[in-house]
Amino acid sequence: MLNFILKRLGLAVLVAFTVSFISFSLMFLSGDPAAALAGETASDQDVEAIRVLYGFDRPMLVQYWDWLSSALVGDLGESYYFKLPVASLIAERLQVTMMLGLCGISFALLTAVPLGVAAAIRPNSIIDRIALFLSVAGQAMPSFWFGLILIVVFSIQFGILPPSGTSTWRHFIMPTIVLGYYAMPAIMRLTRAGMLEVLSSDYIRTARAKGASEFTVLFKHALRNAIIPVVSLAAVQMGFMLGGSIVVESIFALHGAGYLAWESIARNDLPTVQALILVFSLFYIVFTFLSDVLNAWLDPRMRAG
Amino acid sequence: MSDATTNMTPDPMLEAIVGPTPGQMLRKRIFGHQGLMIGVVVLGILVLVAIFAPLLAPHDPYAQSLMARMKPPVFLGGTWEHPLGTDHLGRDYLSRLIYGARVSLLIGLVAATISGVIGTAMGVAAGYFGGKVDAVVTYLINVRLAMPVVLVALAVVAILGGSLQVVIVVLGLLLWDRFAVVMRSSTLQVRGREYVAAAKAVGCSTPRVLMSEIMPNIANNLIVVMTLEMAHAILLEAALSFLGLGVQPPTPSWGLMVSEGKNMMLFEPWMVLIPGAVLFVLVLAINLMGDGLRDVTAPENRS
Repeated sequence: MLNFILKRLGLAVLVAFTVSFISFSLMFLSGDPAAALAGETASDQDVEAIRVLYGFDRPMLVQYWDWLSSALVGDLGESYYFKLPVASLIAERLQVTMMLGLCGISFALLTAVPLGVAAAIRPNSIIDRIALFLSVAGQAMPSFWFGLILIVVFSIQFGILPPSGTSTWRHFIMPTIVLGYYAMPAIMRLTRAGMLEVLSSDYIRTARAKGASEFTVLFKHALRNAIIPVVSLAAVQMGFMLGGSIVVESIFALHGAGYLAWESIARNDLPTVQALILVFSLFYIVFTFLSDVLNAWLDPRMRAG
Repeated sequence: MSDATTNMTPDPMLEAIVGPTPGQMLRKRIFGHQGLMIGVVVLGILVLVAIFAPLLAPHDPYAQSLMARMKPPVFLGGTWEHPLGTDHLGRDYLSRLIYGARVSLLIGLVAATISGVIGTAMGVAAGYFGGKVDAVVTYLINVRLAMPVVLVALAVVAILGGSLQVVIVVLGLLLWDRFAVVMRSSTLQVRGREYVAAAKAVGCSTPRVLMSEIMPNIANNLIVVMTLEMAHAILLEAALSFLGLGVQPPTPSWGLMVSEGKNMMLFEPWMVLIPGAVLFVLVLAINLMGDGLRDVTAPENRS
């Protein structure tokens, strides 16, 4: 077990450093970051001044090393636009995004798991078909379009939910649904497949034979085993969702880290963009690592891989 | 004539003994699969629409008309002059939708092909050679998965400037992960088969084994992933264009149309609903086709 954790940890750290390098080098894609920063109307002297001021005149690897060593102690530079330390800017905005992510994954689990279980109890029944249809349709629905439909229906037609903003819990209802539905199809399919497999196993037949009630069989014996892979899938999906929150946050003007990313990209605020890509990647790396460890802890067969 | 008809009717006795051929069984599975058939038909129609766009579109999708701005669709009290109304610049909505099919399908096809080539090369190499190659590919897949696609694509497109070509290449370079994962495990499954060993035994070179023994036997899975990634690329382009950092105006992209309609959403919700619905139908059709192909080509894997 310890061996497995160390191996995974090593890979996670290696991946994290690679991602940090990639997100740093994105800045150099444009060729000359100083010219991009100065804008099209700047004179050559201005560009040169900016180049020296921000240290773009040094070799790229030196700049990367500088950036990385300060990033390791929590200093991610200063935002070009907000003129604030990027780290505190992101930390402040991340609260909203984390909140949204937790609500989204809870919503997805609370709807997809019962639906998956119901579908598995009676395969090919009406419920199973509805669940299948929902998961196929859900995967094809553009999330920005779904969000706008919700606004049209609940904010414009019925006027019961606020279309944008962050101030109350009611502002989070529609974003939660839009972000959560994205993870639903995968969770539902996995729950259904897991339940179907478990329900045909020997120990379920044993439980039924000794006279356990259907409720005990389904929830105490079957679901407990079928849920293991779902838990780790949920952790991975959570990592994906934080990265995907950029679309949802910009539709509903939720002032989280995703919205910050969109603003910074539109304003060419490169230090903030780099830092956000790094932070979102780190979240994904941490969540997948936790999910691997959780999996190995719950199911010893996974420790080999 | 009578000979021909007797030949066409299969002998029931013979059929009972021999049973249907694998080809017949495959055909039966294909035509009997509802989702697959719906997906193929809808996608086929949309492809034809995209190909014959200049013949089908009633107006020039770029032609603006200040006299005919924001006309409603015909079912909301508009006229047949503009069946689906006009946008805020007076451009015919139906014509823009028809030309938008070209943008979406082109992006889906080319981006999925680019990522398919990258992902397949990596996945097959990892699965076939194993060892260090496998370790490197697994590490690269992990790096790729850790990067948030939407954010990276947005940032890169913003830096390089949004154009159809840039969006296609950026998406193509980002979406190879599923190809690599699936191709790796498919290759692992077939590399130990007898026909691979036989090919090696008769002295086939490694490229030859890969191309004529491994590839044909994992092509099924490749096609399935290809369709699903096409859908993924189309959705991503729409999201990027919706956020204003994908394909730039005046290109008729469905995501861009939703974005432009968003400002008028309060009074004219159809401007958002129509392009989104078309996008939904296209992606649904591609996904139904992909899921159907998976069921049909690998019936034992059906859940």
